[in-house]
Amino acid sequence: MPRLKIEDLERISEQQKKAMSLRAGAGRVKITVHMGTCGISAGARKIMSQVMSCVEKSGASDIIVTTSGCAGFCSREPMITVEIIEQAPVKYVDLDEKKLNRIFEEHVMKGNIIEEYALAVGSERAL
Amino acid sequence: MSALDSKAEMERRPGGYRMHLMLCAGTGCVSSGSYKIKEALEHELARHDLTKEVAVVMTGCNGFCAQGPVMVVMPDEIFYQRLSVKDVPHLVEEHMLKGRPVEKLMYTPPAEKTVVPKMSEIGFFGKQRLLALRNRGLIDPEVIDEYIARDGYKALARALSKMKPEDVVKEMTASGLRGRGGGGFPTGVKWKTCREAPGKPKYVVCNADEGDPGAYMDRSIIEGDPHSVLEGMVIAAYAVGSSKGYIYIRHEYPLALERLEKAIEDAREYGLLGKNIFNTGFDFDVSIHRGAGAFVCGESTALMASMEGRPGEPRAKYIHTVEHGLWDRPTNLNNVETYANVPLIILRGAEWFTSIGTGDVSENPWGGSKGTKVFSLVGKVHNTGLVEVPMGITLKEIVFDIGGGIPKGKKFKAVQTGGPSGGVIPEDLLDLPVDFDQLTKVGSMMGSGGMIVMDETDCMVDIARYFIDFLIGESCGKCLPCREGLTQISALLNDICNGEAKEDTIELLEELSNTVKECSLCALGGSAPNPVLSTLRYFRDEYEAHVRDKKCPAGVCKALITYSIDPEKCTGCMICKKNCPQNAIFGEKKKAHTIQTDLCIKCGICRDMCTYDAVVVR
Repeated sequence: MPRLKIEDLERISEQQKKAMSLRAGAGRVKITVHMGTCGISAGARKIMSQVMSCVEKSGASDIIVTTSGCAGFCSREPMITVEIIEQAPVKYVDLDEKKLNRIFEEHVMKGNIIEEYALAVGSERAL
Repeated sequence: MSALDSKAEMERRPGGYRMHLMLCAGTGCVSSGSYKIKEALEHELARHDLTKEVAVVMTGCNGFCAQGPVMVVMPDEIFYQRLSVKDVPHLVEEHMLKGRPVEKLMYTPPAEKTVVPKMSEIGFFGKQRLLALRNRGLIDPEVIDEYIARDGYKALARALSKMKPEDVVKEMTASGLRGRGGGGFPTGVKWKTCREAPGKPKYVVCNADEGDPGAYMDRSIIEGDPHSVLEGMVIAAYAVGSSKGYIYIRHEYPLALERLEKAIEDAREYGLLGKNIFNTGFDFDVSIHRGAGAFVCGESTALMASMEGRPGEPRAKYIHTVEHGLWDRPTNLNNVETYANVPLIILRGAEWFTSIGTGDVSENPWGGSKGTKVFSLVGKVHNTGLVEVPMGITLKEIVFDIGGGIPKGKKFKAVQTGGPSGGVIPEDLLDLPVDFDQLTKVGSMMGSGGMIVMDETDCMVDIARYFIDFLIGESCGKCLPCREGLTQISALLNDICNGEAKEDTIELLEELSNTVKECSLCALGGSAPNPVLSTLRYFRDEYEAHVRDKKCPAGVCKALITYSIDPEKCTGCMICKKNCPQNAIFGEKKKAHTIQTDLCIKCGICRDMCTYDAVVVR
């Protein structure tokens, strides 16, 4: 990585936004597994490997899998956020591998939100 | 936020505006540029002289993130979607000035397909406002580019290229940001003192030695967004004139440490740490110092002693560390959350920051509490987790709206803030607005942000004993009042809990607590008796019940309670009998059982097992 000049920030920001944004063509679905200490102790690593194996089995190439830190709601971990292009992100809580399989089949692959596992749609208020 | 919520929000904000532009400030819309839209709107409104008629209001997420940035115009309830800055002049002229909604930007929200609520409708998230945690759950903390994509290191670029160090200090002072580690000292004032202190080199240190039981704000910030802390530190270093920084982090936080190390490495490769940052000639680098798990090392002088390789013992503070700190050099020490706020203030300005929070800091930096505070909400509440709320929110909103109230239908008793150095706040003070000064006024403190909720089954004497025993273990032993005083306080509390206290024990406890408070060397000892003093202040009757009536009203202190079975409620299901480790429960199937008191060790298993609520503790 080269040393940055001030002008480089904007360029990296734009590039990275494209790489992260479904609207900009990064993919069709983004799955974020929340992996803070709280999530990991509640089983987020297992959820992560299950997500990876679901993606592999499905053969889909338009699913982005990524990790992030604690989403705040520690008592409801493990937690993932599923975002499908042109739709608001959905947070799923209290997950186990069985629930995850269903979310993957129904929501990620077919676009149907599993209401009983979902906590909320949308995002938090920032700034 | 639905149209209805927008209406309610608008009605809460009168002021003679004929029109409100409710612009989404959800994390989704913010990343697609809603603050740029806000600036453009305000600019255009001013150009048309409409600022007195039309107000721009930032709202919570309305769940249409994919169409963001979205804006609802009230009272017309017209939704605009995917706004861009170049749409704004036309939009303002047509809709706000001439009253003709712009159809090509309009959006009809689809009929609700699902019953899944929106984030802003979930009590836990609805009242939060994310500043320090602005990137939580959104970025991969190990990818520096993702931080940059959310305006990361932009504040540093601005500070280094457009501001003099004095300007940075001035901006921080004007923002009214106060130390989030608990002290509440104005950050700008500290930076100014450090900048002006004679002696070189100067150091910038980050206190990540988070030690309060039940508190984990700093851990979560570092784990979720380590670059925000680094960026804050580099800005601080520029402001005070330092080229070397340290992060003092607890050994017990392996994941935070791992992510911090990765962040430092990446920042160095990008030249955001090291020599000649952004080619401005400014040098600064950071090293990590791992603490060995002593609570007292969160105290500034002990922390620095420990970094120098000496035992982590505090010294008297009439000489400030900001002038004579690490290796006797001027040292600026701030907490993790404080640093995480810094880039935002530089980027968005002090004026924006002061629009959130309580009081007025324009004349006096102690005049209010600005911004937000992160709390770890734990204990007897439905929703436990990390919450970031604007200063001035009431305790009731935190415990009941965000926390979701007390589980199992139990009654709220008190909330403990400020960790072992803080105090309890009883039910009749639940409407208290949470800020530095209000919490201090009622005998507690902001502290680093631990918030432990207690219900009617928590004994206040026992709670005080818990904290005192924690502090005995953590006292460094250097000064007598803290070392011996706390041990004696604990002995008195034990007497009370065991029913062995005399009439004058409470008075003696109070006197001793005040002595320890006044005579201890450092803040740890000085605030150590707070759990006793504040429980005495609000729950004296509970102490008296222990001493005079030999009863523990909460049913916790074993020496003062007896277990029995209510024959009316008992169905004779045998579960308690089977599970009693002492075989102290007698009775036949389908007939009321009894507990033989002299065999009972009061372990509480029968009460936990009973599904009929028949086990009575008195």
